[in-house]
Amino acid sequence: MSVIYVLLAISILVAVIFFIAFIVSVKSGQYDDSYTPSVRMLFEDELVKTPKTSAKEFTKKKIQLNKQV
Amino acid sequence: MQDTKCFHCGDSCDRQLIEFDEKSFCCAGCKTVYEIFSTNDLEHYYEIQAAAGSTPKFIEGKYDYLENEEITNKLIEFNDGTIQIINLYIPNIHCSSCIWILENLKKLNPNVTNSQVDFPKKTIRVTYKQAEFSLKNLVLLLANIGYEPYISLDDFEGKKKATDRTLIYKLGVAGFAFGNVMFLSFPEYFDLGSSAASGGEFWLNKYQHIFRWLMFIFSLPVVFYAGWDYFVSAYKGLRAKLLNIDVPIALGILVLFLRSTYEIAFHVGSGFFDSLTGLVFFLLLGKFFQQRTYSFLSFERDYKSYFPIAITRLNDQGKEETVPVQEIVKGDKILIRNEEMIPVDGKLVYGNAQIDYSFVSGESEPVSKTVGELIFAGGKQLNGVIEMVALKSVSQSYLTQLWGNAVFETDKTTTFQNITDSIGKRFTISVLSIAFIATAFWLFHDPSKAMNVFTAVLIIACPCAIALASPFTLGNMLRIFGKKKFYIKNTQTIEQLSKIDTAIFDKTGTITTTQKSTAHYEGMPLTAEEESILKNTIRASNHPLSRSLYDLLKEQNIITLDEYEEHVGKGLESSKNDISMKIGSADFVGKAKADSLLDTSIYISTNKGYKGRYVFQNKYRDGLSDVFKDMSQSLNLAILSGDNEGEKERLEALLPKLTPLYFNQKPDTKLEFIKSLQDQGKKVLMVGDGLNDAGALAQSNVGIAISENINVFSPACDAILDASKFQQLYSYILASKKAIRIIKMSFVLSLLYNCIGLYFAITGQLQPVIAAILMPLSSISIVIFTTVMTNLIGRKLG
Repeated sequence: MSVIYVLLAISILVAVIFFIAFIVSVKSGQYDDSYTPSVRMLFEDELVKTPKTSAKEFTKKKIQLNKQV
Repeated sequence: MQDTKCFHCGDSCDRQLIEFDEKSFCCAGCKTVYEIFSTNDLEHYYEIQAAAGSTPKFIEGKYDYLENEEITNKLIEFNDGTIQIINLYIPNIHCSSCIWILENLKKLNPNVTNSQVDFPKKTIRVTYKQAEFSLKNLVLLLANIGYEPYISLDDFEGKKKATDRTLIYKLGVAGFAFGNVMFLSFPEYFDLGSSAASGGEFWLNKYQHIFRWLMFIFSLPVVFYAGWDYFVSAYKGLRAKLLNIDVPIALGILVLFLRSTYEIAFHVGSGFFDSLTGLVFFLLLGKFFQQRTYSFLSFERDYKSYFPIAITRLNDQGKEETVPVQEIVKGDKILIRNEEMIPVDGKLVYGNAQIDYSFVSGESEPVSKTVGELIFAGGKQLNGVIEMVALKSVSQSYLTQLWGNAVFETDKTTTFQNITDSIGKRFTISVLSIAFIATAFWLFHDPSKAMNVFTAVLIIACPCAIALASPFTLGNMLRIFGKKKFYIKNTQTIEQLSKIDTAIFDKTGTITTTQKSTAHYEGMPLTAEEESILKNTIRASNHPLSRSLYDLLKEQNIITLDEYEEHVGKGLESSKNDISMKIGSADFVGKAKADSLLDTSIYISTNKGYKGRYVFQNKYRDGLSDVFKDMSQSLNLAILSGDNEGEKERLEALLPKLTPLYFNQKPDTKLEFIKSLQDQGKKVLMVGDGLNDAGALAQSNVGIAISENINVFSPACDAILDASKFQQLYSYILASKKAIRIIKMSFVLSLLYNCIGLYFAITGQLQPVIAAILMPLSSISIVIFTTVMTNLIGRKLG
C-alpha cells in the first residue's frame, strides 16, 4: 500500500509542474496582452497567401514583357 | 453633390473627390496611403474592415529632433549598434485592420524586422536595423500611413514602470494550494480517515498524517506569501490606531493557521487548512477583480504628457538647432512649426500666429496673434512657421506652474475611508467581544472547550464575505461603466461618486461641443448668386470656421471662381463674373468692429460694400437642459468658466433657474473655488475638459474629464467620460449610488452567514466540515449576488 506515496508524489509533482508553467508564462508577459494575440491568430492564413499570389503575378508580367521584346 | 465615402478613411468626399483605381478618396493623403498599401500587396487591410484608415497628416520637420542622438537614446529601449527596439504609443490604433497593417510593417520597409502591436495599450514594439533606417524614418513611415506615434516629454523622462504582477503570482499560489488541499482533504470530508475501529478506512487512517502534513506544507506559502499583505495592512492599521477590515481578516488567517497546526501536531483533528487556503484565495480574487485598469487610458497626465520632447532653437547666428525642451531658458529664440505645441510663454517676433488653445481651455477656434503679442504655453500653432522669444523657462510657464500646487501630490485615496473599512471597525469590536464572552462562559462550564470556542469564533467570524462584497460590486460596476464609455480610475472613485452633493461644470468644451455648428446671419440678405459664390469660396478653405460655415450653408452647384485668394489669418477673397467678395475678419472686409467683442463672427463684404456677418455660437451638448434639470433635484450645481460673459443669457435660458454662473475664472481660482466648497463640508464633483481645469479636477472629490477623443486628450482626473455619453452622466451617478446599496445588502447577507456560523462556534460544535462548507458558501453566494445585481443595474443604464 506504500504505492500511495508514489501516487501522491506523482499527483503533486504534476500539479507543481503546472504551477511552475503558470508562473513562467506570467513572468514572460503572456498575460499582459490578452486581446491582440486572439486577433493576430486570424491573420495568419492571408499572410501566407498574399506573397504567393503576388509572386505569380510578378512572374506573369515578366513573361509578357519578354514576349513583347 | 453625391454622398461618396472615402475608400480609405470613410469620411465623406464632398469637399474634394479624387478618383483612383476605380475608388474614391477624400484627399491626396488617403490616396497616397492606398497606393502605398496596394503596391506592397497590403490591400487585405481593407478586407478586414472597410474604411479602416485615418487621414494621414504630413508634417514637415516635426520629427527632426529624432536625429539628435541624445534624445533618441532615451527613447530607444534596446540598442546594440545594429538593431534597435522601440516601443511607440499610437493613439490611432482602433481596429483589427490596424493590428494587421502594423504587424506587416516589414513589407513596407525591409529594414523593419519585427513589429508587434499591443492593442489594449495601443502601443507598437518595432525592431529594426539601424544601419539604413533611423528612428526618424520609422516615425515618418508610421505617420505617412496614418499611424502617427505620440511622443511626449513624458516618454523622454523615461520612468518605465515594470508591470506589477505580484497579485497574479499570489493568486496563483493561493489557487494552487487551495485546489491541492481540497484534494487532500477528501478522506476527512467523507470521514474515511476516522479511526479504524469506528468503521473508517484502515489504509487511509494509516496514512492520515501524511495527508495532513502535506496540507500543512501547502498552507505555508499561502499564509506567509499570498496572505502576507493582510498582516502588513492590519499591522499598519493598528499602529495608526485604526481598526480596518484587514484586522479581523489577519486575525482569522492567523488563528486558522495556528489552530490547524496545533490540531494536526497533537492528533486532535484535521485542521481547517482547506478553509484557510480557500479564504485567502477568495480574498485575493476580490482584490484581483478590483484591480481592473484601463491600460490604454492615462489618468495621471500632467503637462509633460502633452509637451514635445524637443524644440528648434535659433542660435545667435540664426541657425536652427534641436534642443530638449527643458533647456529652453528666458531669452531664447524659438522656431515653432505648423502643428507644433508652444512649450513656453513668450512673445511672438515673426509670423502669423493662429493658435489653437483647445488643450488648455477646450475652445477649438484658433486665436490670431500678431507680432509683439504674448503667447502662452499649451497652444498649438496652426498656420505655418512662427518665431518667438521665450519669456520664461518651461517649468515657470503660466500653465505648468499649476502643477506645483500641493493638490497634485496628495493621493485622494489615502484620505478617504471606504465603506468596508468603516464597517470593519464595528465588526472587529463585536467579534472580539463575542469571542471573549463565549470563552469566559465556557471557562466556567467546561474549561477544556474554552480555547476551542475562542478560536472557532475568530475563524468563523472572519469577514471574508464582507471583504468580498465591495471589490466584486465595484469591480463589476467599473467594467459596466467602461462598456458605457465612462472610464473610472479605480473602485474608490465609484464610492466617492456616490457621495457627491455638489457638481461644478466647466463651460467651454465641457457643456459645449468643440464644433461650432450653429450660426445666424445678421445684415443685408445675400442674393442667390452671392450665396453661391460664398459657398464655393469657403469650400477650399481649411480654417475651422470656414468648415463649420460650409456645413451650415445651403447646397450650391460647384462653380469655378474667376479669382480666389486666401489671406492667411485674415480671410478669403474671390470673384466671379462682376461680383468680388471678401470673407473673413472685420478688419479684412473693411468693417470697424464696433459691436460686442465677445462673439465669433465671419464678416462678408462684396464690391458693393459691407453685407453682413455670420455669428457663431457655442453649441451646447444635446440634452444639456435635461441633464441639469435632473441633476438639480438632488445636487447643487454651478458653472465655472474661464471665458467671458458673452454667453451668459443663453446659458441662463438653458439651465435651471438660479444656477450660479461664474465667468473669467483662472485655473488657480477654479481650484480655490472647489477648495472653499470642500471646507464647507461639501463633496464636490468637478466636470471639466482642458488643462486649465486640471487643478480643479485634482482638488475635487471626483474629477471627471469630458473628452471627445479619449485616447488623445484628457487632463489628470479620476474618470473620463466620452463626450457622446454626456446625457448619461446623472444616470451614472445614480448607478454608483445603487452599487453602494448593493454592497450594504451584501453586508447583511454575510452577517446572516456569520450568525449561523457563530451559533456552531459558540456552542463548541464547529467541525472542520462545517467550516469547509459554510466559509466558501458565504463567499460564493456574495460573489453571485453582487454580480447579478450589478449586471441588473448595468442593463437599466441602457
